[in-house]
Amino acid sequence: MMTAHWLYGLTGCLVVALGLRTALLHATLLHRLIGINVMGAGVFLVLIAVAYRGPGVAPDPVPQALVLTGIVVAVSATALALALGRRLTAEQDNE
Amino acid sequence: MNDTLIWLVALPLVGSIATLLLPRQATGLVNVTAVATTAIAGTLLYTVAGQGALSYEIGGWMAGLGIALRADGLSSLLLVMTALVVLASSFYAGAYFSKTAERARFWPLWLMLWTALNALLLSGDLFNLYVTLELLGLSAVALASLGGKLAAVQAALRYLLVGLLGSMMFLAGVSLIYAGYGTLDLATLAQAVEPGPVAWTALALMTAGLLLKTALFPLHFWLPPAHASAPAPVSAVLSALVVKAAFYLILRLWLDVFANMVTPAAARLLGVMGAAAILWGSWRALRTERLKLLAAYSTVAQLGYLFLSFPVLLALPPGPARDAALGGLVILALTHGFAKAGLFLAIGIIQQRAGHDRIRELDGTAQRLPATTFAIALGGVALIGLPPSGAFLGKWQLISGAFATGQWLWVLVIIAGSLLAAAYMFRVLGHAFGNRAYPQRAVTVAREEWPALVLTGTAVIGLGLAGAPVWQLLGSNA
Repeated sequence: MMTAHWLYGLTGCLVVALGLRTALLHATLLHRLIGINVMGAGVFLVLIAVAYRGPGVAPDPVPQALVLTGIVVAVSATALALALGRRLTAEQDNE
Repeated sequence: MNDTLIWLVALPLVGSIATLLLPRQATGLVNVTAVATTAIAGTLLYTVAGQGALSYEIGGWMAGLGIALRADGLSSLLLVMTALVVLASSFYAGAYFSKTAERARFWPLWLMLWTALNALLLSGDLFNLYVTLELLGLSAVALASLGGKLAAVQAALRYLLVGLLGSMMFLAGVSLIYAGYGTLDLATLAQAVEPGPVAWTALALMTAGLLLKTALFPLHFWLPPAHASAPAPVSAVLSALVVKAAFYLILRLWLDVFANMVTPAAARLLGVMGAAAILWGSWRALRTERLKLLAAYSTVAQLGYLFLSFPVLLALPPGPARDAALGGLVILALTHGFAKAGLFLAIGIIQQRAGHDRIRELDGTAQRLPATTFAIALGGVALIGLPPSGAFLGKWQLISGAFATGQWLWVLVIIAGSLLAAAYMFRVLGHAFGNRAYPQRAVTVAREEWPALVLTGTAVIGLGLAGAPVWQLLGSNA
């Protein structure tokens, strides 16, 4: 039976697949980085859907805590990648 | 006694912050932190050997809600190897980075990497493993980029993207596990897991992500440039420890948590990839022109042996025979850790003195730097797997396990890999010896040369002659 949390969960899987495709097939840094971030968003969507425990029941807090931590990690990783990308451009200009 | 576990994570973390705040006192702080953490790791190994596995729940929150730390024979052995390699490389790095500004950038990341390694080896649940994997990846990438040149930044960026892709796949697997079983605790999961589409997909995703991080052929493409363009002490820990951390996780998942799901066909696939890694990595090491690239390709090959062990290990019935093979696998990993770290440190000295690492132009190195050349030779003994090195014991166990289960093809790969390793190491040594006058002293730059000697010596003599306790420790796994 197709309920709302299944819809969210399966959409999440689809988003993961789309992000993975971009991360693997594109050559430019920004494309790949966005692909990886989209993939992360898909995983988070799945986790949020997993937290659903039926109508009127408070959702499971554990997956939500995982998503929060995951977002922090994803933001710092993206920042590092962008910083390295800028260093790379600067070094290429120097050569 | 159980709170030793938390100190293994807390000490390097506090050290990392302290070196960031007090860059002038950093080198002293690192030395104190490194010695203290190594002492604690040693105590932990001694305790686990006496009492069996330890566990600790941070803040008293039970597993499932809080953070649980666990240490058994396998993880405490790897913790001690990590501590000794980082300790020796820390002393080396103090002399390697001559400028204060370089050291100020290096030390906080260095101790953060150690924090992540220790936390990963102690983590008892899948989500903390994900967080520690990311911490490890981010600090490793930042350290690898310290080489500064264009090649180093390029390699670090590729390393980061590959690492992120790997962790995302791991996280996708973790979320499927939580959806299917409602727990992330490894011990609980090992009881609950049943073969089925959810568990299969989750294990496949997690394994694929980890294989990317541990650079198993054909996913090794990012490793040689990243390991070869990093500063020498960084290359040492990347090759010796960081790739092993991802391997340790695969071993845990396949042998402990998902033990009832792993099929011979899946293990054979890992074995085939491992065999290809041995042959391809060794061949590239033989053909390369640069010493650091040689060491990096040799890492690709040596990781192959670890994966080659999977089909042998899983074909053996659980019991003494499998325990013996597991001991062989672990001692191979430990020997490679010590030997490769020492090798990279020794190469760093040659590179700094000669200004290059071109193998063809190494003539006379044996006369200028006899102790360092000896360290490279000792590292070679361990990589080839000659007696009395620990790798000899490991390969012996692997070969006898392969014969016992009728998988003689793996034996041919092991022999071919060892011959290729001999060829690439003797090529280096052949160039290093030349007809020049010998100096008066054997050790020419003691402060920089001893860490490499101690590490390669441990791989050859320490693990080779005193390897038996490894098997006893793994026996106390339960």
